[in-house]
Amino acid sequence: MIKRILVLIVALSFVVSCSESDDSGGGSTDNFDRGAMLTFLADNIIIPAYQDLDSKLLTLELSAFEFSAAPNQTNLDILRADWLDAYITWQHVEMFNIGKAEETLYHFQMNIYPANTSDIENNVASGTADLTHPNNNDAVGFPALDYLIYGLGDTDQAILDTYTTHPDAPKYHAHLNALAMQMRSITQTVLNDWTTSYRSEFIGSTANTATSATNKLVNDYIYYFEKGLRANKIGIPAGNFSVIPLPETVEALYSKEASKVLAQEALTAAIDVFNGKAYNSTTTGISYSSYLSFLNRDDLVTAINDQFQESEDKMELLSDSFYDQVNADNTKMTQTYDALQAAVVLLKVDMLQAFNISVDYIDGDGD
Amino acid sequence: MTFNIKSYLQQTTSVAPLVLFRIGFGVMMLMSIIRFWAKGWIETIYIEPDFHFSYYGFEWVKPLGDYTYWLFIICGIAAFMVAIGYKYRLAIITFFLSFTYIELMDKTTYLNHYYFISLVSFMMIFLPANINFSVDAFLKKTSFKSIPKWNIDTIKLMLSIVYFYAGIAKLNSDWMCRAMPLKIWLPSKYDLPFIGETLMQQNWFHYAMSWSGMLYDIAIPFLLLNKKTRWFAFSMVVFFHIFTRILFPIGMFPYIMIVGALIFFDPKLHQKVIRVLRTGINSLFHIKQKLISKETYSLKFKTQTQLLFGVFFTLQLLIPFRHLLYPNELFWTEEGFRFSWRVMLIEKMGYATFKIVDGETGTFFYVDNQDFLTPFQEKQMSFQPDFILEYAHYLGDHFKNQGHKNVQVFVESYVALNGRLSQPFTDKTVNLYQEKESFKPKHWIAPFHDDIKGF
Repeated sequence: MIKRILVLIVALSFVVSCSESDDSGGGSTDNFDRGAMLTFLADNIIIPAYQDLDSKLLTLELSAFEFSAAPNQTNLDILRADWLDAYITWQHVEMFNIGKAEETLYHFQMNIYPANTSDIENNVASGTADLTHPNNNDAVGFPALDYLIYGLGDTDQAILDTYTTHPDAPKYHAHLNALAMQMRSITQTVLNDWTTSYRSEFIGSTANTATSATNKLVNDYIYYFEKGLRANKIGIPAGNFSVIPLPETVEALYSKEASKVLAQEALTAAIDVFNGKAYNSTTTGISYSSYLSFLNRDDLVTAINDQFQESEDKMELLSDSFYDQVNADNTKMTQTYDALQAAVVLLKVDMLQAFNISVDYIDGDGD
Repeated sequence: MTFNIKSYLQQTTSVAPLVLFRIGFGVMMLMSIIRFWAKGWIETIYIEPDFHFSYYGFEWVKPLGDYTYWLFIICGIAAFMVAIGYKYRLAIITFFLSFTYIELMDKTTYLNHYYFISLVSFMMIFLPANINFSVDAFLKKTSFKSIPKWNIDTIKLMLSIVYFYAGIAKLNSDWMCRAMPLKIWLPSKYDLPFIGETLMQQNWFHYAMSWSGMLYDIAIPFLLLNKKTRWFAFSMVVFFHIFTRILFPIGMFPYIMIVGALIFFDPKLHQKVIRVLRTGINSLFHIKQKLISKETYSLKFKTQTQLLFGVFFTLQLLIPFRHLLYPNELFWTEEGFRFSWRVMLIEKMGYATFKIVDGETGTFFYVDNQDFLTPFQEKQMSFQPDFILEYAHYLGDHFKNQGHKNVQVFVESYVALNGRLSQPFTDKTVNLYQEKESFKPKHWIAPFHDDIKGF
């Protein structure tokens, strides 16, 4: 009796279900080496980017000292150039909120914008502000420097006046220096941890658990793409989350011209991580795209890269100043947002499903 | 083979399997409640979120703030009383009501096995599981040896329905021909010792698991019912559930099913276990008193109870097929998906963006879902249409109360099902604030551009 039922079921299921050909392609026979992926990312992207950032922050720090000692147009121009240089490099590390960076809340002290100018002014006046305090997250880092070197006056002369003839000029010198030193100091803490102990912990953490480096890295990457890149740089200024556009929330508001360069660099950095392209070099290695290929999802790799391309194309059409772009023709901003949004869907839905990684925030049983 | 319903209903059997089932059930439930509490889920799932997803018709069932803890305490105490058989009828009714209330508070946490527990506890209200080896029997100084056979068979039938329906639900082209979603899930278990980097990565293994899982579910009720294959079947039950427990985060469910399957065994086994337990308890509490032992227990409202179970099982057999009343792909729309033992069938992920539009001026903005939902809620919402609709109404009300005028709510969402590329999931031109929840098919769900054959 039971045998007969079983036979019937097997036969039935053949007929019912498999009348079409198997479209799932060949299976995987060997293993994807996650350790190799993490090693490549650490040695060719993360650590080199941090080292580069560290050296650029040193340059920035020195030019801040130079400017404070001799506040003139030449030194201001040098300081601004070095600030932008470091800020561009920063775009390559913002997505790695892991290890010491996460532990020390490093990211919250480097690039929270829009800057809170009254907090910055208060800190200048007090001279003893705790720059690591959470209340100061939007009064430190690159956005604070942006304000101090571009935003203190309508003209360069007015800005220079603050550092020369203003009664509080010495306080501005001190604060500018303190901010630059602080940025380098906390960056070094993170970098030193990577080069001494964290690297080995990172590349060994390949398990599929909520807290493993593999999973956190992917989750952070997608979170960054969605929040740090799509929303902060484009969506929020374009008014996608508010009734009216908010142009004064762009990154690098006071420098005016830098917002596009920074956003483009951030997008490039994200694309390079996806495709495993080494920092500042043509070397390529194992990363998310190779992982997807291993899982027989070349269709997805193509779809994602196409959407990256589309995002780059749309972003290319924007003016150097997103502030001006929002005011002049916001449609181009929202179109860029839409392109990035489509990429978010592919990363957050399709790529996450393919990797099937444990997600760190979901609590509860399945069935 | 002639089956005489009248004589079947008159057959009696030892009450021991039901008694042991009662104890196992009570202990398991108590452990589940403690585990749920210990993991902090009462806080994160029921107390912290501002908004909860309700079942259609049960919108009035909401968490009770800090009193939610009391609900769990009551439920836990009831489970314990069921286990020891103290004031059994009151205890099991309390358990059924409190447990079901907990499950109805937020459908984000819907699990088939929670539904199963509600059903079993409902059935147990009408079964005399406390007439032997219980505090109630001890206090009444009377115990019974036998009960009508059909009493125990109701539990067996319920378990069989769960397995069998779970099995035939697997008879679809995604499961059988594409080994989906196991093909996604198993390779991600690469960090398991020994099998993680070997078996779990093999294409043939994904198919083998799919097919054997289907065969297991369909065959296991019959193998458990048949005396010759029972031990083999039970070892399969243990192996299968332990294995799935290792692979997937399924909490207490495997243990509940293993304990539940014991009811299929011959009463002699249960009597032996009870004898051992009784000796232990008697010596522990220095109980010398002998109970008056009577033969067969007869139900007080026999006909009514039989009728009730008849209706109950008719519904149980029909409800899982209600998806046939809906025109579109079940896995895509999930209309008729819950309450039908469809477990582990789909790997679905979605992303839903809500747009609040002023219907008059056309100005709009997008909602950051994190402002309103927990990550768990957002995940569940993103691919289930009834969640999307309920949330759209919540958002509409919220922004209306904030003073926004002519509020319209649109959603643009994408869903990837069983490894297919993500597709649009909803019609983004439909103002969901105008759409009402009902059992009718939802016309604003975008068509599924593929064909999944089977049940």
